[in-house]
Amino acid sequence: MSLELDIDHTPDRSKMTVSQTDIAIEIRSMNKWYGDFHVLRDIDLKVMRGERIVIAGPSGSGKSTLIRCINRLEEHQDGDIIVDGIELTSDLKRIDEVRREVGMVFQHFNLFPHLTILQNLTLAPIWVRGVPKAEAEETAMKYLERVKIPEQANKFPGQLSGGQQQRVAIARSLCMNPKIMLFDEPTSALDPEMIKEVLEVMVQLAEDGMTMLCVTHEMGFARQVANRVIFMDQGQIIEQNEPEAFFSNPQHERTKLFLSQILH
Amino acid sequence: MSDLTFVRSDMQPALPPPVRTTGAIAWTRKNLFPSVSNGVWTIVAILFLLWLVPRLYGFLIGDAIFTDPEGLRGEACRFEGVGACWAYVAARFNFFIYGFFPLGEVWRVNIMFILGIIFLAPLLIPKAPLQKTAALMFFVVYPIVSYWLMAGGEFLGIPGTALRTVPTNQWGGLTLTLIISMIGIIVSMPLGILLALGRQSKLPIIKWFCVAFIELWRAVPLITVLFMASVMFPLFMPQGVNPDTLLRAIVGICLFQAAYMAEVVRGGLQAMPRGQYEAASALGLSKPKTMGLIILPQALKHVIPGIVNNFIALFKDTSLVSIIGVFELLNTVRAAARDLDWSSPTQAVTGYIFAGFVFWIFCFGMSRYSIYMENRLHTGHKR
Amino acid sequence: MSVENGASPRAQTASSILNNPTVRAVFYQVALVISVVVLFWWLWSNAMQNLALQNKATGFGFLNQVSGFNISFALIPFERTSSYLTVYFVGILNTLLVAAIGIVLATILGFTMGIARLSKNVLIRGFAAVYVELTRNTPLLLQLIFWYFLSLNAFPPVRQSWELPGSIVVNQRGLSFPAPAFDGPFLLLVAVALLAVVIVFVMRRWAMKARDVSGTIPSGIVTAAHYTDVIVVFAIAWLLALFAQVMILGEANTIASTLTAAVIAAVSATRYERLARLAIIALVVVGAGVPAMLAALSALPAFLSNGFDAVGAAIGGTQGLEADAGRTVIARVLAFVLAAAAIWHAFRTIPEKRGSRNLRFPVSLSVVLIVGLPTLFYFLSGAELAFDPPELQGFNFRGGWTAPPELTALIFGLVVYTAAFIAEIVRAGIQAVNYGQTEAAASLGLKDGDRLRLVIIPQAQRIIVPPLTSQYLNLTKNSSLGAAIGFPELVNVFVGTALNQSGRAIEIIGMTMLVYLTFSLATSLFMNWYNARVALVER
Ligand SMILES: Nc1ncnc2c1ncn2[C@@H]1O[C@H](COP(=O)(O)OP(=O)(O)O)[C@@H](O)[C@H]1O
Ligand SMILES: [Mg+2]
Repeated sequence: MSLELDIDHTPDRSKMTVSQTDIAIEIRSMNKWYGDFHVLRDIDLKVMRGERIVIAGPSGSGKSTLIRCINRLEEHQDGDIIVDGIELTSDLKRIDEVRREVGMVFQHFNLFPHLTILQNLTLAPIWVRGVPKAEAEETAMKYLERVKIPEQANKFPGQLSGGQQQRVAIARSLCMNPKIMLFDEPTSALDPEMIKEVLEVMVQLAEDGMTMLCVTHEMGFARQVANRVIFMDQGQIIEQNEPEAFFSNPQHERTKLFLSQILH
Repeated sequence: MSDLTFVRSDMQPALPPPVRTTGAIAWTRKNLFPSVSNGVWTIVAILFLLWLVPRLYGFLIGDAIFTDPEGLRGEACRFEGVGACWAYVAARFNFFIYGFFPLGEVWRVNIMFILGIIFLAPLLIPKAPLQKTAALMFFVVYPIVSYWLMAGGEFLGIPGTALRTVPTNQWGGLTLTLIISMIGIIVSMPLGILLALGRQSKLPIIKWFCVAFIELWRAVPLITVLFMASVMFPLFMPQGVNPDTLLRAIVGICLFQAAYMAEVVRGGLQAMPRGQYEAASALGLSKPKTMGLIILPQALKHVIPGIVNNFIALFKDTSLVSIIGVFELLNTVRAAARDLDWSSPTQAVTGYIFAGFVFWIFCFGMSRYSIYMENRLHTGHKR
Repeated sequence: MSVENGASPRAQTASSILNNPTVRAVFYQVALVISVVVLFWWLWSNAMQNLALQNKATGFGFLNQVSGFNISFALIPFERTSSYLTVYFVGILNTLLVAAIGIVLATILGFTMGIARLSKNVLIRGFAAVYVELTRNTPLLLQLIFWYFLSLNAFPPVRQSWELPGSIVVNQRGLSFPAPAFDGPFLLLVAVALLAVVIVFVMRRWAMKARDVSGTIPSGIVTAAHYTDVIVVFAIAWLLALFAQVMILGEANTIASTLTAAVIAAVSATRYERLARLAIIALVVVGAGVPAMLAALSALPAFLSNGFDAVGAAIGGTQGLEADAGRTVIARVLAFVLAAAAIWHAFRTIPEKRGSRNLRFPVSLSVVLIVGLPTLFYFLSGAELAFDPPELQGFNFRGGWTAPPELTALIFGLVVYTAAFIAEIVRAGIQAVNYGQTEAAASLGLKDGDRLRLVIIPQAQRIIVPPLTSQYLNLTKNSSLGAAIGFPELVNVFVGTALNQSGRAIEIIGMTMLVYLTFSLATSLFMNWYNARVALVER
């Protein structure tokens, strides 16, 4: 896997501003168990608005579980998670509120196969936000143009390639105007040339100042876009640092081992 | 930004989950009261169980009569508030299992059962040894031996093997139910495979013949097929040829079942990827060989659950022959319910419960087996 | 495979002809045709010979002959003097009646059980599983005989009939209920009801169109929904209050329940809406919960109820009451717990239910219009509906409609049996929708109900409908088992009685098969159409 991301233009870091005071997500001594299995252990994490965080780590280390806790697709048993000022409890109303503000992109796209691309994009704005249909479609087309596939609007997901489907999935989340975007290995189900087209969209999103949490092993992307890399193992955060320092000078033994394996 | 840097110095050990998320209380909360409306349902369900269980217990066990030591027969169960009359089932047990088979000859039926289990077991257990031999025994030798054991006479004309002859109208009970299902299974399998292959054929006449045959049988209820077998069959036979009711019913059931089997097999054939056909013809295999060696074995393996489900349906459907007067299990139970010696308020119901239980054991066993095979197939895929 | 020019005719050997695929194909097919023709000819000539020997005629002339027997249950007028053709139609209609009622009920029960099998609640899940495994794995015929036996023995003789409210009478001879006379006022009322359905339909379309433009449904509809909500609350509260009074006091006081309902409805329109909800839940608890619990407690086996009596006596003792009263105290406590749970639930769910109001067409408005318009019309027009209630005359009930026990047992048995299969189909269909779909919908902020309605059900539907249709066909075919318990459906009256009397086996069986073939053909036509319509577009 190459370190440098082969993207047409280098992302302009100066455009990506990070707020110093405004907290987007705060996780305090959070623990989670699956039955008796202690899957997330003592997680502390503070994400500022506009920050772009890449989460890496071996398979099974709890990366997916961590970001799925943030929009409560998984329930945590101990500690606090506060998203956009709302503390996540079992209160359904708050969960819905958080989910409206947090977009999520899955490894396997999870587009709705029975709806056209345009319907996929307008479903939530119409039924959750009460946006007029024409307006929702206009927004949808805007985002489809941004992910460069406006011509596919009336096709069904099954007719698109993997890369196109993932870009639609990103656009679908954006249509809800989220403040935070979560990505769970968005490129690992894709062929190499499709990875590029999806990463380009994500870079652009970063330039626009979106707060992003990405689970990914695309180290080139991490280097160029992230302002923090978090390394996880056995359900805990082992090391975190700025990308430069993280890649050039890893501290923890586990990190070194992981990087040596992944960079060759 | 130094606060961005963090290195964990010592690993956090895995801790047991907090008590409120495990243990009996958490289990109760999660499984009985996951939400309040759900909790209301739980209470309703508990009330229902409180209502049902004592009654069921009372009927089946508490107030039931198990034995009849004084030989009172129906008298023993003839009182107010009596539960099930199991003593009646015990007394007529032989009738339910063997029908009118002469009691002195019942050992022949038992031998047939034992042989059946011996031959069938290796076929049902995946990767058991001697499967080919067992298949040969079960599908070819066993039917012949069974016929001899049931009907009597000389075994393949060999002198000295003569058994007392028992006409088919003395066969009955669970034995007959099993015989009909077994014949149905053994005959409908090859017939169904042929029909399925015919339906897939490129030759239009053969294809449409098979389609018509399959769809015709599948469209009509089994009971009309059985009526047809009982009233029309003799009409279409030459003068003097008049097969007995049982044989007619079995022919009807086999043809009916073959049509359903054909559809299951067709499902398996259609699920085979084209690549398999192409690979086989690339190897120079002829069409029949491609089918027999490559396609069919795989296709059949894939539809084992469907085939077993068909067997379950067949097994249940055998009860319909009682309508044309064959004494299989259900009909023996119905006949026994008219037995005045044992007349009591719960006589008939107890008999039905018994019959239902016997049918249930067989069908439930088969359905578990089908689920087991399905899971095996799926894990096979993953590996 | 061309033959070389000038090659000797011997090159075309017999084996090459046999190996020629076209020749082979023709040969096989001709062989099949010949054997089928010969087989049929043989069967046919046997039949002709046999018929001639038995001096029996053939042909369909018998259809116009007088049947000479009676049919216990017929939807069209039938007498001994009716023809065999009429017998045929009576049979078909009875089969269709059983199928129609059976399909509706089996669908309801099947979907309920299928969803119950996926419940988070172990008891519900377990109950549904036991039901499915019990009914699927025993023969339908056995079940039918069992239910028929029960319906003959568990219901009272005519003299001691259970007379339920609304002139419904239940006894061994069946289930009787009043039949409306199909006169002018009745038809007019039906017309108004249909009109109300059309109005709701049109209004809904209009509202949804307006929502496409503005994002929310028109404010007029929303306001109307506020009023209809109140009406619905009033109706529910009124019925519940009546029910609770009957259950507790043994008699109903309409004035009291009207007052109660009015207060509750009025409160529900204010911002103390949740108080109204609590009141309704309390009515449910008092009306249904307490009696149910009392019944359950009294049905416990002796040792348990002794235990309860002991506790009851202890409670009673401290308050100077009898053990029986103590038991009532326990029931009250349980009812209180139930009510508390309901209250807590109401508190938690009210706020989240409010938000979606302006995006969907209000259910209460539809209900009020469809139920209310005909009712209003009925009272305002002063029209009198004529009913013909069942009444005891001599040894039997006359008048009204009576469903004989054969019919009830047949429908009940078919419904219980088929619903088990439908439940499995529904469960499999819902489970087949990838869980990722639910997660994706949730992460977009769609609420539980919307997730089901907009994402899960449309996908599950494609998987469920085809096997569901074949279950409907199965139910229709299985209705022929009515013959075994004496219900006069097609097979029973036509293949059974009519064939016995006329001896026209070939014609009668042929005509019967034709009916089932038609059902089957219609089903597969529908399925092909449906599959083509919903097929997912794939690359
Ligand atoms: N629903 C679940 N039930 C039980 N264990 C689970 C579940 N989901 C994930 N796990 C376990 O939790 C651990 C972390 O999973 P995950 O967060 O998916 O890891 P990652 O995304 O880092 O590969 C793994 O060991 C996995 O087996
Ligand atoms: Mg993962």
